[in-house]
Amino acid sequence: MSGSLRTVGEALAERGVSRRAFLKFCSALASTMALPPGVAPAMAEALAKAQRQSVIWLSFQECTGCTESITRSHSPTIENMIFDLISLDYHHTLQAASGTAAEEAREHAMKAHDGKYLLIVDGSIPSKETAYYSTIAGISNYDMLMEAAKGAMAIVAVGSCAAFGGIPMANPNPTGARSVADLVKDKPVINVPGCPPIPVVMTGVLAHVLTFGKLPELDHLGRPKVFFGETIHDRCYRRPFYEQGKFAKTFDDEGARSGWCLYELGCKGPITYNACATTKWNQGTSFPIESGHGCLGCSEPGFWDKGSFYKPLSAGELGKASTIAAAAAIGVAVGAGAAMMSRSRQAKTTGGK
Amino acid sequence: MDLLNFARGPALQWSLAILVFGLAWRLTGILLLKAKPDFSEPRASGGFGGAMKMIMSRMWPKPEFVRGSVLDLALGYVFHIGLFLIVFFFLPHILFIKSLTGLSWPNLPNGIIFFIGAVSVAALFALLLQRIMTPVKRLLSNFDDYFSWFITTAAIITGLLAAAHVGARYETLLAIHILTVEALFIWLPFGKLMHTFTVFLSRGATGAAFARKGAAI
Repeated sequence: MSGSLRTVGEALAERGVSRRAFLKFCSALASTMALPPGVAPAMAEALAKAQRQSVIWLSFQECTGCTESITRSHSPTIENMIFDLISLDYHHTLQAASGTAAEEAREHAMKAHDGKYLLIVDGSIPSKETAYYSTIAGISNYDMLMEAAKGAMAIVAVGSCAAFGGIPMANPNPTGARSVADLVKDKPVINVPGCPPIPVVMTGVLAHVLTFGKLPELDHLGRPKVFFGETIHDRCYRRPFYEQGKFAKTFDDEGARSGWCLYELGCKGPITYNACATTKWNQGTSFPIESGHGCLGCSEPGFWDKGSFYKPLSAGELGKASTIAAAAAIGVAVGAGAAMMSRSRQAKTTGGK
Repeated sequence: MDLLNFARGPALQWSLAILVFGLAWRLTGILLLKAKPDFSEPRASGGFGGAMKMIMSRMWPKPEFVRGSVLDLALGYVFHIGLFLIVFFFLPHILFIKSLTGLSWPNLPNGIIFFIGAVSVAALFALLLQRIMTPVKRLLSNFDDYFSWFITTAAIITGLLAAAHVGARYETLLAIHILTVEALFIWLPFGKLMHTFTVFLSRGATGAAFARKGAAI
């Protein structure tokens, strides 16, 4: 996980990768990022000359799902990225070193590539006041992030926990968890949410930064528009059934078996921006809705606290019935009072007749 | 808390509470009013029959009045029926009602609902034009009429925009639609939209009184 001073071209030549194979790889990359195929030769040229990018990956309050996911990326594969495009200088799960040696590798990379390394974060971070909830090698997640952020060229917050706080930040948020963008204000942050994020979306975003040397166009939540520009619902293959008014009522009824829309079963596709319906998972095999389950909305902020996954989007959170009952009781009392006053006035006017 | 969660949560709870309070107040106040003393002998029995008869007979004007009011009536029917179909036969609305009452029924295809919505909006705008352009109607109209028209039309238009994803991100459009409907909930008991609950009540009461007096209904 070192040697980041070599260019990508040198690294490829060392591994015996032909120009044709590299162009093919760049075409796949361009396709993933929704760029025209004509960009591939320019990408190949830029990448071949580029130095392998030093990448430091910090994992905080997380479940390793994001790392599990990125290792399933097929275009580009994580192996392609590690061997050809990046120098992954620190990653808990993927690095061979452990303990002091691992921490030294991180510190060395931070010094050697100060101001130039790409910082990837997965997991949320306990805030400064509650920093003791999560530490690595005796250093709090908060301190490690703030120190590493200082020398980073940009930060990629991978997964909903790093991007929006995710499950650790769910009510009642016992550790005072925060997202990267909540804490780091002076560095560009790209959010790549999802629980976990789609593998090719993660590698595609990294490849974009490495290829073009700048951030992709982001939406108002800091997510790359190319992958988070449309809702799941907009691109869902079940959408025609929504328009036809055909909805599955249970997970195993005739409608569900016929592929009807899962809106009634709580699908959050209409309010979830992600590329699941287009890039899909497991090398384009399928995505959750295709497997028969509604979208959970995992790439949206606060998805864990938005009510039941199985409650239809239009059902609303009605709160306590006692509030409505109290409103009705007060209304009846006020109405009865108004009627009594009217009767009293009437009695005075008619002399009680 | 984002706008959609606010609309689906606290705003919904408060608007429903105000709606229920207002309905209970208005309906209790009306139902507990003392009837005017009537010292005459009833000329016919069957107040309930008279009420039902008038509810039905006033659905359409007498032949001599049809000519002058047929356009108003047609437009009124178009948007009232349209509104009924949109509210009660669009699946997301049925699911909302189901979450409130536990009751549900089959829905109509979205395409049909969108078409009905567009026709209803057109009818509402035609009625507004007519209200503004007819001197007598303009003179009779007040803030209540215009605001009730506005909130009803806004609820349908924001719903159509949300369904068509036009003008903003879907979750924003959906939140605006829900908030508009909640504004309608809040306004309903206190303005002329209360006729949703009192139209047949008042017409029936008049029919019963007419029947008692032996008047033609």
